[in-house]
Amino acid sequence: MDSIQYNALEQHKEERNAIEILKQLTEISGVSGDEDRVQEYVCQLIKEYTDNIEIDSMGNIIAFKKGINSKFKVMLSAHMDEVGLIITGYKDKLLKFKSVGGIDERILLNKRVSVGDSKIPGVIGAKPIHLQKKAERTKPIGIDSMFIDIGAEDKKELERLVPRGTFVAFDSKMVEFGEGCIKAKALDDRVGCAILMDMIRYKFDFDLYCCFTVQEEVGLRGSAITTYRVEPDIAIVVEGTTCSDVAGVEEQFHTTKLKGGAALSFMDRTTVYDKELLDFIKNVAESNNIKYQLKKTVSGGNDSGRIQRSLEGVRVATISIPCRYIHSPVSVMSKEDFFSSRELVRAVLNEINNKGGVNYA
Amino acid sequence: MLDIIEKLTQAFGVSGNEANVRSIIQDEITDKVDEIKVDTLGNLIAIKKGKGNSFKKVMLVAHMDEIGVIATYIDKEGFIRFSNVGGVSPYCSLGQRVAFQNGTMGRIFYERKLESLKDLKLEKMYIDIGAVNKEEAEKIVSIGDTACFCGGFELQNGMVTSKALDDRIGCAILIDVINHFPETENEIYFVFTVQEELGLRGAKTAAFSILPDFALSIDTTDTGDTPECKAMEVKCGNGPAIKIIDKSIICHPEVRKGLQKAADTIGVRVQYEVLEYGGNDAGAIHTTAGGIPSGTLSVPTRYLHSSIETISLKDAEETASIVRELIKGSGLH
Repeated sequence: MDSIQYNALEQHKEERNAIEILKQLTEISGVSGDEDRVQEYVCQLIKEYTDNIEIDSMGNIIAFKKGINSKFKVMLSAHMDEVGLIITGYKDKLLKFKSVGGIDERILLNKRVSVGDSKIPGVIGAKPIHLQKKAERTKPIGIDSMFIDIGAEDKKELERLVPRGTFVAFDSKMVEFGEGCIKAKALDDRVGCAILMDMIRYKFDFDLYCCFTVQEEVGLRGSAITTYRVEPDIAIVVEGTTCSDVAGVEEQFHTTKLKGGAALSFMDRTTVYDKELLDFIKNVAESNNIKYQLKKTVSGGNDSGRIQRSLEGVRVATISIPCRYIHSPVSVMSKEDFFSSRELVRAVLNEINNKGGVNYA
Repeated sequence: MLDIIEKLTQAFGVSGNEANVRSIIQDEITDKVDEIKVDTLGNLIAIKKGKGNSFKKVMLVAHMDEIGVIATYIDKEGFIRFSNVGGVSPYCSLGQRVAFQNGTMGRIFYERKLESLKDLKLEKMYIDIGAVNKEEAEKIVSIGDTACFCGGFELQNGMVTSKALDDRIGCAILIDVINHFPETENEIYFVFTVQEELGLRGAKTAAFSILPDFALSIDTTDTGDTPECKAMEVKCGNGPAIKIIDKSIICHPEVRKGLQKAADTIGVRVQYEVLEYGGNDAGAIHTTAGGIPSGTLSVPTRYLHSSIETISLKDAEETASIVRELIKGSGLH
């Protein structure tokens, strides 16, 4: 076996390993406010590569890798939480619930869910169609008319098993399908977590902080405190973002394209991104032949808004992985985009290292 | 003051792209202040040092940015689809000229198949830069480029009309205060902020770095003096407006009292402003760190967020006079 073959084999093994980690990450339940199990999993895998791991008061992980000369600080940020549901009450032997984070209610009906820490299997049901009144049939069934059925027979037992406030996640295994595609829940933003878990393995001249944040989906909350602790010079958010390149959507509304490469943001609802940093990242992508695209609409938002406006201001960028049907149990991502994004984050860190910053002077 | 108002309002400075406005201000004030710096987000902070050892730190704020549009997609015929930067009405955009930072001019129109103008939305509109195809268009405009509305400057019957008076008039007033700086012991921070129109963003980080004893923002406010408009007490030409409340802040009573006292001392008539919508930089400042007493002095402005924003020059001049008087004293009591 020559060295090219050997390298290809090594690369293949490494990529399989990364996909396996992504599989495990997406299958953990971690609805906003209930990220403990994600936190545990991440900490366990990165422990040996970090110089210090801190869990702050909200549950954010701040993983620290000391630099060779520590002249400045770079912060990578990805959120651990996913959108989901929370139990609010009971109706007979069924569970009433509300959503946690932004969910299109119409996607919920007849989905499989996983209730609470012990992952009790359940399904989301509603009144059968033949019993619905005429007016009811003409509009989508709202969240208040749905319930979660865990097959319980005894109401007391139900209330004991599933107290109010129990978090509920989608039940969806990761599946590889088609031409290099992946289906999973929670790709937003376990895919970012997977990339950060890879980056913490490298050592740079600068201090690297990898922040795995909580409660992004309910208003960018965890990142409101991590930045004050880290005090970074540069921050890069790694995200799963919307991808609307599907039938029925005119091309001008395609946020990103599947297999279009890592998506870079110039502006969204929360942030006008640092121009110089964005140009720096574009240059890195071009000189390393890494596929990238611009996120074309200015909708959506992420932790970068909080980070940018913490302290006396922080320079931020976002590198995203396009995900179709985001915030659903069947988000779809391309492995190619995942690896381009990972490669880009790594290349950007290398270039910051070589240049001693992001100024191309 | 008129010259600088014209220069500032006609400059390009859509939120997130305030460099042109910033450099005009820098040229005006750099040799008149003790210290000047640009922070991470792009805020310009100029300092007149305090004297003695019991002075107050006063933060005066005006925002440099203006509303505009941002290119999101270029089609194969070279037409540009866009989104708003800040509060942009589709009706005020229709038939307008816009200018990109590199000088490229565009015209905004709408998909003619639209049956009722009631359904007009920005996503049904486009910018025509006269390019014959996508390739030609991409030579001069890139996705992510912003453009401002064009709106010429004029003075007529004591009223100034231009685009971007919100809030270049505030910037002009702060420059005027620097140009005719009063005797004071206080340390004055003149802060020209970025991204106010996107949610009071620049002011937040600037306030965190300065931590002043109190802050005053100089901004524009709506009026209730045009035909069949929403009822509001504030009128153009009736004097500067002391803000009581808007959606971002309940102004600190001591700052309001300080403004009232300063106005009384110099004999300027003021109005009180209760704005039922919108916010201003003081909103982001007053909840920074441990809390900063903050208020706003507004210049009444007709047709806000359009290319024909209109103010009374006298209101603007009197606003500057009140600010000068306010910073003379020991400030809050």
